Amino acid sequence: MSDYKLLNTRAPRVDAVDKATGRAVYTDDLKRSGMLYAALLHSPLAHARILNIDTSRAQKLPGVKAVVTHHEAGIEPYGVSPARYDETIFCHDRVRYVGDEIAAVAAVDLDTALQAVSLIKVDFEELPLVLDGLTAMDEGQPQLHEMYEKNICAEVNWHFGDIEQGRKEADLIRTDRLTSKMQDAAFLEPQSVLAEVDSHGNLTMWSSTQAPHYVQRTLAMALKIPLHKVRVIKPAVGGGFGPKASCSTGELATCLLAMKTGKPVKLTFDREQVFLHSRARHQFFHTMTTGIKKDGTLSFLEHQCILDGGAYASFGIATVYYAGSLLGGPYRLKNMKYDGRRVVTNKPACGAQRGHGAVIARALFEVQLDRLAEELGMDPIELRLRNVMEAGETTCNELFVSSFGMREALEAVRDSATWRQKRSQAGRIRRNGKGIGAACGFFVSGAGYPIYRSQTYHCTVITKVDDVGGGVTVMSGAADIGQGSDTVLAMITAEELGLSLDDVKITSGDTALSVDLGAYSSRTTLMTGHACREAAQDVKRQILAAVGGRLGVPPETLDLRDGLVVSLAGDIDFSALREEYLKEHKGFRDLPSGPQLTFREASRIAFLELGSIVGTGKYKPPKLGGSFKGATVGTSPAFGCSAQIAEVNIDLETGEVTVDRITGAHDCGFAINMTQVEGQMQGSMMMGMGEALMEQVQYDQKGRIVNANLAEYKIPTSLDMPHLEAIVVESNEPHGPYGAKEVGEGAIMPVIPSILNAIYDATGVRIEELPITPERIIAALHAAKNALLDSK
Amino acid sequence: MKKIISLTVNGVEHELAVEPRRSLLELLREDLGLTGTHKGCGIGDCGTCTVLVDGVATFSCLTLAIQVEGCSIETVESLAENGRLNELQQAFVDQGAIQCGFCTPGMLMTSTELLRRNPHPQEPEIRRAISGNLCRCTGYQKIVEAIKTVAGENDE
Repeated sequence: MSDYKLLNTRAPRVDAVDKATGRAVYTDDLKRSGMLYAALLHSPLAHARILNIDTSRAQKLPGVKAVVTHHEAGIEPYGVSPARYDETIFCHDRVRYVGDEIAAVAAVDLDTALQAVSLIKVDFEELPLVLDGLTAMDEGQPQLHEMYEKNICAEVNWHFGDIEQGRKEADLIRTDRLTSKMQDAAFLEPQSVLAEVDSHGNLTMWSSTQAPHYVQRTLAMALKIPLHKVRVIKPAVGGGFGPKASCSTGELATCLLAMKTGKPVKLTFDREQVFLHSRARHQFFHTMTTGIKKDGTLSFLEHQCILDGGAYASFGIATVYYAGSLLGGPYRLKNMKYDGRRVVTNKPACGAQRGHGAVIARALFEVQLDRLAEELGMDPIELRLRNVMEAGETTCNELFVSSFGMREALEAVRDSATWRQKRSQAGRIRRNGKGIGAACGFFVSGAGYPIYRSQTYHCTVITKVDDVGGGVTVMSGAADIGQGSDTVLAMITAEELGLSLDDVKITSGDTALSVDLGAYSSRTTLMTGHACREAAQDVKRQILAAVGGRLGVPPETLDLRDGLVVSLAGDIDFSALREEYLKEHKGFRDLPSGPQLTFREASRIAFLELGSIVGTGKYKPPKLGGSFKGATVGTSPAFGCSAQIAEVNIDLETGEVTVDRITGAHDCGFAINMTQVEGQMQGSMMMGMGEALMEQVQYDQKGRIVNANLAEYKIPTSLDMPHLEAIVVESNEPHGPYGAKEVGEGAIMPVIPSILNAIYDATGVRIEELPITPERIIAALHAAKNALLDSK
Repeated sequence: MKKIISLTVNGVEHELAVEPRRSLLELLREDLGLTGTHKGCGIGDCGTCTVLVDGVATFSCLTLAIQVEGCSIETVESLAENGRLNELQQAFVDQGAIQCGFCTPGMLMTSTELLRRNPHPQEPEIRRAISGNLCRCTGYQKIVEAIKTVAGENDE
């Protein structure tokens, strides 16, 4: 058990009351006097040359204040990865997907702005489409970008260890395939932006973003203004899950309109625009060949993947690397080969989504392990246990795991779900409609390197003591998008300073406060947690030094606990300090009177000695990873791991799948907040289950999304979700603050494969294409039946 | 052509001039500044805009303002009394039922209606009641647990 007062508890979120009362302010809730409303013109065609753009009728519409196209915005490319700057704010010569942005309007109200958009006339010359990721590279296919020969946007060729040696050692080798569909993150708050420029030319943008710092850089670069003149503020955000990490044309266009009009401008996406902007999960086509020895030891993995990335690179370069690198763990695997290609097609651009790049790769690999276990006649959990890494080991692609509760997590779910009773004889499956399946996962606890090449600190935190004494304010650029990072920062600060959560104010998500790379790669607890702890300790040192000086005692004999200054070396006479404090506060009520000096007095006395007391903290990881090309992607100061068991019930007549229960265990190192860790795990289970069973963005032959809404793009409802059992494993990560590491994304890794493996147990048929719809199950059952008949 | 309507919102009577096509959601958010009610889709798919109209959980995005002439509307802003959370809100806070918070107001209003209709619903009834309110953060587990706490089901 820990000695902490707050850490490791179930303290309620610091923003929960505001969210429960409707007081929390999201971007679309903001209003400014004289505010204009913006609307975007999206391409109706998936691939076409732009011959002419005529905005004259829109310009003349009463109430329109500005119409902007590439003429105003320029055509300098920008993007996420410097080597792949392939976007411009507005299309100028070509549109590449249905939804590509051509122009934007600012008007006195939204109706006028939308009407003006409808008056913009664009002449197109239609071009042939590339809609299929698998054939996008073929000879004769139209090319989307000059810079991407054969439509290949990124290619990875890795070989670790020796595949041929692994092949020789293997007793059993098999090849399997898995295909997924493009997904939508389906966060409930559509993107929203408000931008305004002050009289000094400072641009402020409030935005529902996950990564204020990266967006600040993109705005400055694309709008050609100095970085220090751009401020990005993130109000409350209604979920992000990845897609809100990339800067959108919505953000850029709104800022441009604010600059052109000199007025505040707001733009809020409707739900269809959320789908059109996308930047969500890619479509993956994986093929894996895995070899194993008779005793269950893994010999090698040979892995090919094609990613359909849509029209632009976005975060997709990282995605294609992650799809390979994160199979390095959680099992001992000496030989691994990976050939990945990301292609561009005439569909909305894909990017990062929870479990970035690694989710479908993980799913197929875990399915392969089950099939190999079956062929060996071995229990699939036993096979996994024989291969799991332990703390202190390094993967073949040079990822060092400093803490690793993989074995503990796997045993925890096995026992909690009473696996042994439910699963039939080792290696045998049931085929009676009831199934149980297990899988594991592995994920980074913060990307080891920033998206842009730099020695930058990944985050800094400033903690300032109230000059009047009593509390502190934590200032951080970190982005709480609903995952609860503000609460983590408050808990750490309160713990270090012996304060209650009510005396710690968190201001965050603002680029004016500090650099923080943002809410992605499950980085905030570990990285910003370190910086936050350091800032609080800095504050504490200064206060105790000043108070110790006044009291004539060494500061190291003093501590801050429960809102008090505690002497570790017997009683001290602090009456002079109290007298001084009371003298300052004649006529005030609720003054300190107890037998110990309070933090309120001590922090005020320290101010009288030192002036404003500000503590700072910072964090960046040490140099991580190997020296091969692309070695940075997948590196992290720590790795989370998880295990899950899914139990399913399948109607063998209709193919309908019911998930009865999911039991998950995740090693988060140390749970700063137990409730929030469980919440991340349960949310991951839901997103993974949706992706496994129902979620797919569907296109027609013209490249138009046919289900760009939350009725036809199905995500699980409360009736679809089963009981979700979340078991927290704590392995005490040496590189994490208090031993903490990630949970936000790692917990999604085992969901899809545990369901796939359970379905196999229930039916005896393998599904090789997601989502696992009833039609696919019925088709697979029929195929199996016919194959059986043919063989007789 | 605007139409004059009167309605009661959170116990306060209002007389407003509204366009015939103005939604109740727009009326609440834009005209009355009650931004606790959220717009997640605008077409009745997500439930974030749920309010009570004469006690009935209703998607305010699909309801025209002129349809609620003379009605009593309750939004999330009405739940706390004298600055104190009510039992349901407190359960949401304590049980970790709130993450991003965007679905929370709609979830609270839907479950308020449920608990008024049946103070002791079992889990299947709770899950059925909130099945029109999407949540992408929690997997619904802690939301169901919070409602169960209030329903007195969590005493095992």
